[in-house]
Amino acid sequence: MSVLATSDLTKRYGDELVVNHLNLSIAAGDLYGFLGPNGAGKSTTIRMALGLVFPDGGSVEVGGHSVFSSTEARSRALSRVGAVVEEPAFWGYLSGRRNLEYFARAGGNKVDRRARLDDIDEVLRQVGLADAAAKRVKAYSQGMRQRLGIGRALLGHPDLLVLDEPTNGLDPQGMKEVRALLRRLADNGTTVFVSSHLLGEVEAMCDRVGVLVAGKLVAEGQPGHLVDEPDRVRVDVDDRRHALDVLRAVPGISLDELEARSDGGPGPIMVGLANGATPAGVNAALVSAGIGVRALVPEHARLEDVFLTLTEGE
Amino acid sequence: MLAVEMAKAAHRWRTWVMAAAFIAIPVLIVTALLLSTDRPEPGEGPPFLTLVQVNGVFASLVGITTIQPFFLPLAAGLLAGDAIAGESQAGTLRYLLARPVGRTRLVVAKYASVMILVGGAVVLVGLTGLAVGGAAYGLGPLPTLSGATLPVGVALARVVLAGMYVTAGMAGLVAIGLFISTLTDSGPGATVATVGIYIVMQILGALSALRIIHPYLLSHYSLAFTGLFRSPVALDEVMTGLVAYAFYVAVFLGGAVAVFRRKDVTS
Repeated sequence: MSVLATSDLTKRYGDELVVNHLNLSIAAGDLYGFLGPNGAGKSTTIRMALGLVFPDGGSVEVGGHSVFSSTEARSRALSRVGAVVEEPAFWGYLSGRRNLEYFARAGGNKVDRRARLDDIDEVLRQVGLADAAAKRVKAYSQGMRQRLGIGRALLGHPDLLVLDEPTNGLDPQGMKEVRALLRRLADNGTTVFVSSHLLGEVEAMCDRVGVLVAGKLVAEGQPGHLVDEPDRVRVDVDDRRHALDVLRAVPGISLDELEARSDGGPGPIMVGLANGATPAGVNAALVSAGIGVRALVPEHARLEDVFLTLTEGE
Repeated sequence: MLAVEMAKAAHRWRTWVMAAAFIAIPVLIVTALLLSTDRPEPGEGPPFLTLVQVNGVFASLVGITTIQPFFLPLAAGLLAGDAIAGESQAGTLRYLLARPVGRTRLVVAKYASVMILVGGAVVLVGLTGLAVGGAAYGLGPLPTLSGATLPVGVALARVVLAGMYVTAGMAGLVAIGLFISTLTDSGPGATVATVGIYIVMQILGALSALRIIHPYLLSHYSLAFTGLFRSPVALDEVMTGLVAYAFYVAVFLGGAVAVFRRKDVTS
């Protein structure tokens, strides 16, 4: 069952189509990375998922409840959601603890409120702010605010966490801790929907990613398998020099400059695939030339390369 | 949500600064009268000023009539204008709505909290006036504007009613402020607009050439409570004032809810 699902979700600001018939389906326990260049519509999508911005078309369901069909349905949909939307914002004149307390008291039914209030100490400890809880938030650093924002989202053990750039302002140690925390939450069944521009972080952390370009989902899948076919193969053969000669004659493949010049030393050959060339085709060419293939490993492009290709021109 | 709003207000410096300013008003009035060698002339200063030295109960009324035309609308405009727009500007609005707090519930809670604070300001001024006026000049039966005398208990009840009427007089302005607050993401902008509207109403109300529109102005009925200190009580204008305030509340609070329920929160 989808914890977060959008169907033909559409939003315009004036003449500009910001989110274009977007269909997303995030399953329970997924740690989903939501990527896209600035202005792709990520934040607008997140705001629609949280009932902050009204769509011009389509629908959003959270936990099986429609966010926009009625006030009651929205309340049910969002009652089990924790969120960080862009930068975390607080009442600066209140302490961190009081901020959590007042946000916990605001909204939701009595049971949810009680659960959130009971969580405050644990959450403060979890995000490393137990010692600073009594300080006014206006004295917090950006990293501390970010941690408190994540803490606020965690109150009441939500089923779905929606996090927009959750590691902004954190030092490397803090980023590592947040990554580990989100991984742990997802492993324990919490669905995490995270938007980030740190592609390495998303690649290391997420089970699935989706790439949004100009309001449309242009790719979705596991971080290492965003494109269906691998874009290169690593080949280990018994006769390297002969293999290079054979491969130069196969259409659609490219050899690294260094590989192309080398004349038979040890080590694998990296073969780039394009124009319909496949790992099977490479293997067939080598085998039919009588070359022993010890290993042939398809390699997928790194997320950053795929992202840059998909968002080229945006 | 209302409890959260009140708790937040209790932690803000501005609440206590405003409270101190309101307490200071009757204290300053009584102190000035104590230090003055001349009695104020009839018509000088706010209504009832000449009577404070006769009966300390009037210090309460003078305090309330002093804050009514400017200080109270200023506070009401500040609180109401900032109510939604201030949260929006600070970015906390999106977190409240995502919690989720119902949009209608948020507007109503904001309205109620501002009205409680405005009522609190009137109570502070009334009680402080009673305390300092009573200490300086004693509390006794109250001579009415018609010449009759009211026993202390009845006089105090009338003062309470006057305070309630003045508070009700702000209900329309707070509704206007809240409506403006839903239209913008700038708390100061909404505050200035709200107070500005009230000042314009007062200016229009002072122009006799515009007599025809006076009954439709919020400020037109602000001194109707003086009818409570006549014998018999003159309630006609008080009732008309209350109806006018209710009309403003219905239109602008309804407008605030209608706008906010469909507003895209992008701040």
